[in-house]
Amino acid sequence: MPDEEPARDAGPGTPRRPPGALEAEVMDVLRAAGAPLSPGQVRERLAARQLEELSYSTVVTIVSRLHAKGLLERERTGRAFAYRPVDDASLAASQMRQALQAGTDHGAVLSRFVSGLSGRDARLLRQLLGEDEDQPG
Amino acid sequence: MSALVYLPLLVPVLAAAAARPLAARLEPRLATWLLTATTVALAAFSTAALALMTASVLARSPLLAALGDYSQPVLRRGDPVPALAGMAAALLLTAAAVAVAVVIRARARALAESYRRAASMAPGGRVVVVPGHSIEAYALPGSPGRIVVSGRLLDVLNDRGRAALLAHEHAHLAGRHHLFTTVAHLAAAANPLLLPVARAVDYTVERWADERAAAITGDRRLVASTIGQVALLTAPRPARPRATLAITGARARSVSLAWAGPVPRRVAALLAPPPRRQLTLLAIVAILILTAGASAAEAARDLHALLEFAQTAR
Repeated sequence: MPDEEPARDAGPGTPRRPPGALEAEVMDVLRAAGAPLSPGQVRERLAARQLEELSYSTVVTIVSRLHAKGLLERERTGRAFAYRPVDDASLAASQMRQALQAGTDHGAVLSRFVSGLSGRDARLLRQLLGEDEDQPG
Repeated sequence: MSALVYLPLLVPVLAAAAARPLAARLEPRLATWLLTATTVALAAFSTAALALMTASVLARSPLLAALGDYSQPVLRRGDPVPALAGMAAALLLTAAAVAVAVVIRARARALAESYRRAASMAPGGRVVVVPGHSIEAYALPGSPGRIVVSGRLLDVLNDRGRAALLAHEHAHLAGRHHLFTTVAHLAAAANPLLLPVARAVDYTVERWADERAAAITGDRRLVASTIGQVALLTAPRPARPRATLAITGARARSVSLAWAGPVPRRVAALLAPPPRRQLTLLAIVAILILTAGASAAEAARDLHALLEFAQTAR
């Protein structure tokens, strides 16, 4: 996985970090937080640790990558996602579901309350429910 | 054997086209029974048709003709099934047998695993709360079956939302909904043209549980909003269309659900008035099934008569 993207985003004049160091730092911030954090909050806390100023998009890139690796889970809070480390119990519950849903159709004996939503379905759902989207971010 | 033998192979195409509209209009419990029965009947008839085609071509082989002591030329003249079609039928029949075996194995394993896990959970409680931050809720078939919910999801919902969620999952267990979906998918393994019908059964059992939850909580809108709330917790970030605020029940009809996934369709169904029994639709499905069954039976009778004729002509 190329790690030069965040380094480039960090702007000129900042020292290059070894690959993965930023990811480890972000994981550390999120573990210490004890609550889900938005990328903006992660950025603030990194800055408070006297690390170099990272751009917002750099932080988004890092947390997205960690989410893709299954190390972070995220939830929507208003307009942005908030991230937190995946805990062992959640991991166990979702592994159980995955084990019993192996092959999606053929082994599915579980009935989930809701199946996954596409972006389009989410829009439709908001229209149907007339949900006010102005939640605090 | 007449060309009627092809009809049971074509009726599943009609059933597949009709499955989604039927699932949307029929009362969900009735729809589940009807669509599951449809998959079983049509899979049985189409398999029988394939078997008949295979048999009619096999019967023309010199070896079997000698064993059965009947006239090969009479068979050839009397039977419209071309040899190539017969061989294709034999291949399809083999493929269906393998596919059914594969699905039986996968489902049996998943079910055994589900029972094992349900039994390993603490005795007494129907509802098992898993700690953690994930948004999970599912019914685990077993003896007794369990409802697995994440603590975080329970925290997010209020009392009435929890009641709706638990009533929905409990309806799955009480109605043994996994058996309907398993049977439907087994039938679809035998005839893949029936896959849309089996998927419609997956949908109607959800609707069945939704309507049970609505009956128990006495509030269709509550169940709709709970489904929406839980689904949106894990949804991708919205594109913020400012124009679409505050659309309620009355305007919900104007939202196009033609290509929508199951969740918006379930919510729309709950916001609409409760479904009623639709006798016309029932009659149409009954006619479809009867047509397939009658043509398979007629084709079997034809083949039998032809074989007898070929024996006397000898």
